[in-house]
Amino acid sequence: MDIVVCVKRVPLTEEVDLAVDEHKKGIKKDQLAFVLNDWDNYAIEEAILLKEKHGGTVTAITVGSEEDEEVLRRCLAMGADRAIRIEAGDVSRFDSFGISKILSRVVKDFPFDLVFTGVLADDDYCGMVGMMVAEELGINHANMVIAIEIENGKARTTSELEGGLGEVSSIALPALLAIQTGINEPRYVSILGIRKAAKKELKVMDLSELGISDEELSPRTIIEEVYLPPETEGAQILTGDPDKIASDFVEILTKKGVMG
Amino acid sequence: MSEVFVIVEHRLGEIRDITLEMLWKAGELAQEHSYNVTAILLGHEVSSIAETISDRADKIIISDDEQLKNFNADIYKEIIAGLIEESKPGLILIGNTAWGMELAPCLAVRTGFPLATDCIDITFKDGKLTVQRQMFSGKIFSNVSFSSSAGCLLTIRSGVFPKDRIGDRQAQIVQREFSLKEIPQKKDFIEFVETAAGDVDIAQAELLVSVGRGIGEEENISLVRELAEALNGLLSCSRPIVDKNWLPKYLQVGSSGKSVNPKVYVAVGISGAFQHLQGITGAGTVIAINKDPKAPIFRAADYGIVGDLFKIIPVLKEKVLETRKG
Repeated sequence: MDIVVCVKRVPLTEEVDLAVDEHKKGIKKDQLAFVLNDWDNYAIEEAILLKEKHGGTVTAITVGSEEDEEVLRRCLAMGADRAIRIEAGDVSRFDSFGISKILSRVVKDFPFDLVFTGVLADDDYCGMVGMMVAEELGINHANMVIAIEIENGKARTTSELEGGLGEVSSIALPALLAIQTGINEPRYVSILGIRKAAKKELKVMDLSELGISDEELSPRTIIEEVYLPPETEGAQILTGDPDKIASDFVEILTKKGVMG
Repeated sequence: MSEVFVIVEHRLGEIRDITLEMLWKAGELAQEHSYNVTAILLGHEVSSIAETISDRADKIIISDDEQLKNFNADIYKEIIAGLIEESKPGLILIGNTAWGMELAPCLAVRTGFPLATDCIDITFKDGKLTVQRQMFSGKIFSNVSFSSSAGCLLTIRSGVFPKDRIGDRQAQIVQREFSLKEIPQKKDFIEFVETAAGDVDIAQAELLVSVGRGIGEEENISLVRELAEALNGLLSCSRPIVDKNWLPKYLQVGSSGKSVNPKVYVAVGISGAFQHLQGITGAGTVIAINKDPKAPIFRAADYGIVGDLFKIIPVLKEKVLETRKG
């Protein structure tokens, strides 16, 4: 079972104040910490679990700069066999179309049974690269995958639908599966583990090696402007010392008839 | 542009709300810019669904085939790509749902049309299409335009547009047949399974105290559970808590869990991802407790407490117990 996992390094934005950059096309990133995209963390773990069960290899791929190698090293430390970074200069000039063109061109030449992506990336929230790669490669696919079993050259997958319903399908391999969070419990990675994995292969390919024309990579969607959420009325904030806040809290519950 | 396509989403014989919401928005655009609204309904024995939307579209293209009984992205893609080629609609609206998000990117590659996902608004200004989206878990908004004017694919977030009928339309029904056997299809539907079955039904609760990622560690959940118990309410949670396996799926509130409608919903350490907010639209009053004043939950809540939940929750619990004792 050879599995390719497409991953992305994203800024950690929870409990952080975000600011719009001077061109209003993105956010200021210099003060932010970066991590492996949460969905991709589950995807790489799932690939490693399948490898542990069925044998084979796991390859992690990203399109990005040297700094993005940090997430590839994490994937190697988790148990991936090798990693590939595609050096493509300023990645922000691509939209999901461009990224999926690049990824599918690289993956195409690999022997693979499965390609995994995360359902979404935490930064742009587009959620389309996975299925676009599947379509570019002309392979079968499933989205929002929360369970996988491999049987007789097929994957039996469960996709998470809205409202607590799962859709079970049987898909012939090779296939691309977009992995949803919660499918497994990603393993812990220690600093030592990352150091040990430094010996594993991390290959850098240049975009120019792939023979994709600029035309094919030109973005079809254009971010005109990014901005902080418009002011709305929002919540009435309870203020004062903790005792005052607690009294107000109880008063609200009493008024709403749930303290009886 | 003269036509807007709306891809009808339905499941187990029932139309999904997202379809009605997309038809509302398509209807609104059509009123302002004199477009026609065409609903694309692929399924099997779907006449009652067609009936439901017959006064919301100018045309309903129906393909009724047993092979279309369950959603299949490959078949949908081929049929819709063919219809797009025929009619050249300026806009194609698809739900930003599990199914829609499997279909739309494939259709975009297949047709070469630009795609913007998870749109929360659509505007035309001087003939230029712009959509509004959110990034970074709703902390940043963006306006997105398109490089080509031939036609665009948009997926629409659930719950952002009304489900109401807009305008006065009478749909012309067009039955179409497609030779589906020629479409290669290697994904077989097996069954639907309940992923959130359990002993407790949070959808019935009058008061929910819900815990999110801000709780930090599994053992801290007891703090929130105690508050729920003091209030005679039920404990529920947001997705990250279930992903970590700290609480069972049947306690999860949100689009992939349960939609709840308590009189009061107390959100503790929940940032307020839109998928979560979609599950609490039926709540009477929402009280959010979070240390990040910029957390999106405060935009959806009626009341907010900004601060450290580990300090606040015990005080709230004591006050509740004290009040109950009278």
